[in-house]
Amino acid sequence: MIRLEKRPQPSRAWSLATPLVAVLATMLFGGLLFAALGKDPVEAIRTIFWDPLFGEFAFYYRPQLLIKGAPLVLIAIGLSLGFKAGIWNIGAEGQYIMGAIVGASVGLAFYPYEAWYIFPLMVIGGALGGWIWAMIPAVLKVRFGTNEILVSLMLVYVAEQLLASASLRFLKNPEGFGFPGSRNLQSYESAFNADLIEGSGMHWGVVAAFIAVIFAYVLLNRHMVGFHIRLTGEAPRAAKFAGVNPARLILLCLGISGALAGLAGLFEVSGPAGQISIDFNVGYGFTAIIVAFLGRLHPVGILLAGGLMALTYIGGDIAQSNLGLPSAAIQLFQGMLLFFLLALDLLTNFRVSLRKVEVA
Amino acid sequence: MDLSAINPVLLIASLMVAATPILLAAIGELVVEKSGVLNLGVEGMMIIGAVSGFAIAVESGSPWLGFVASAVAGAVFSLLFVLLTQVAKANQVASGLALTLTGLGLSALLGQSYVGIRPPQMGKLDIPLLSDLPVLGPILFGHDPILYLGIALTAGVWALLKFTRAGLVLRAVGENHDAAHALGYKVIRIRIMAIMFGGACAGLGGAYISLIRVPQWTEGMTAGVGWIALALVVFASWKPWRALLGAYLFGGVTVVQLNLQAAGVAIPVEYLAMSPYVITIIVLVILSADKSSAPAALGRNFHASR
Repeated sequence: MIRLEKRPQPSRAWSLATPLVAVLATMLFGGLLFAALGKDPVEAIRTIFWDPLFGEFAFYYRPQLLIKGAPLVLIAIGLSLGFKAGIWNIGAEGQYIMGAIVGASVGLAFYPYEAWYIFPLMVIGGALGGWIWAMIPAVLKVRFGTNEILVSLMLVYVAEQLLASASLRFLKNPEGFGFPGSRNLQSYESAFNADLIEGSGMHWGVVAAFIAVIFAYVLLNRHMVGFHIRLTGEAPRAAKFAGVNPARLILLCLGISGALAGLAGLFEVSGPAGQISIDFNVGYGFTAIIVAFLGRLHPVGILLAGGLMALTYIGGDIAQSNLGLPSAAIQLFQGMLLFFLLALDLLTNFRVSLRKVEVA
Repeated sequence: MDLSAINPVLLIASLMVAATPILLAAIGELVVEKSGVLNLGVEGMMIIGAVSGFAIAVESGSPWLGFVASAVAGAVFSLLFVLLTQVAKANQVASGLALTLTGLGLSALLGQSYVGIRPPQMGKLDIPLLSDLPVLGPILFGHDPILYLGIALTAGVWALLKFTRAGLVLRAVGENHDAAHALGYKVIRIRIMAIMFGGACAGLGGAYISLIRVPQWTEGMTAGVGWIALALVVFASWKPWRALLGAYLFGGVTVVQLNLQAAGVAIPVEYLAMSPYVITIIVLVILSADKSSAPAALGRNFHASR
């Protein structure tokens, strides 16, 4: 009979080891899945995890790692603050879209005028767009006690409709021959979020992601607010006695995560994506949830987890074109990762021991 | 714009069809939450039900088998949630999200070869005379059997929770699992059964979308219905009949906006399409002031310390 004994303190060793074990377990089961789909499992795993970094065309894929990783890290850092405090913003996808729409609108309002201050204004617009979208669930929760999980998620669907409306109507390129989608910001110099070093994939979004990691680290470890966030998550009653203002914390956590998701959307639309289009969002907001957990809600962990998730995106694309692996398989692969991680967390919080059956 | 093209009788009849998937999923989730478990994976279980029900119905040629398969698939898939929350004691919010993300990926993978196929049709109830009544006929007696099953389930769950010992035990587990454990009830076992019931109901709801409502298979076709069902449970204050009322309300919003789209109202399609979600938020705000009826142990994991 297997017995679970709650550890007085979560095991530090297991807390660090579970993400690695989860990744290995996912590779194993993912391999079985790929084998079931009739693909060579070893080749599939190698294509996803090895080829983008060290394969023949790695020079092309390595910059992609930064491009795909930056939005994931940016969003996940914001989410992790809330998750730590038990505030569940799962609508980052919507905030990402709104950041892109508002930011792109700011830029397009100036078109074709060129000036140095246009891009900074767009950045502010992007952050504001995401922030406002996240403020809706935050204010509703603070004012009426509405469940932030459901509201933030509903707002994703609303944002998706707004995105469709933007690309079909109010941001549609007047010179686009009737095709949906906005003007391409890549050909509008003042609004283009170009690579800082040509061909490196290093655009402003990557810089922002690194800044966000440092900012979150300092906030959580060296600042009173960070302490309050951790306290609220780990001991809500103690937080109450310590005088933590829950309303302020909700507004702050949701606000930061919304603004960061909005920034991610803006950097994407003004750089790699280039334009507002109906299929602009590709699920970064949801994958970032996995990134946040895989990184153990720790800024440095999230940075590493974001890189790994970016790798599965890129490797998945390669596997799709080279091996004919369906894109849904990669989506399932990412879901499995979160699944194994949560399951293995048992070892962090409990001691598993084998004992004889006792009479209860 | 031609609003006269909208036939009120057909509107009510199609409202009931639109409401049924939400109702099925919400009734299942209501039982789960009554046992003190918050399963945010409804969307994932629904889409698994939608794809497996569709596949089995197409392969066997029988929509009935499809529905049975969808309920089984939903229940089996919910076992993943059981594994995470009841065995591994993982956080229920995160586990529900994992279930949804995994379900969306798995369903897309399973459904690849079924895109663009028409499923076998399920016959409609046809009672001579009654089904031919001018107004009441199409509304009350002209639907497919699963729609009536949804209403019957609502009544059944209501009676179970209100009048039976099993319902009392379920509620006790949801209100205070420590006390229920002390009384000798198997908290974990009861919760597992509730979660599986919720999975089966969500699976049925999903199959209702892919086999009757649409009827077709497309990736991610549940489009947030599972989340609306979750909101509906809050809306209903954990009471089955109010869930039915709420489902018909949401079904009504969906059908009216579709009819307005078809009638060519001057409002852009996107704004009409977002209305069900916006209305869900508004309703949540209005009703979230009263949380007194929520099960006290909702979302908390149980671990017998001795």
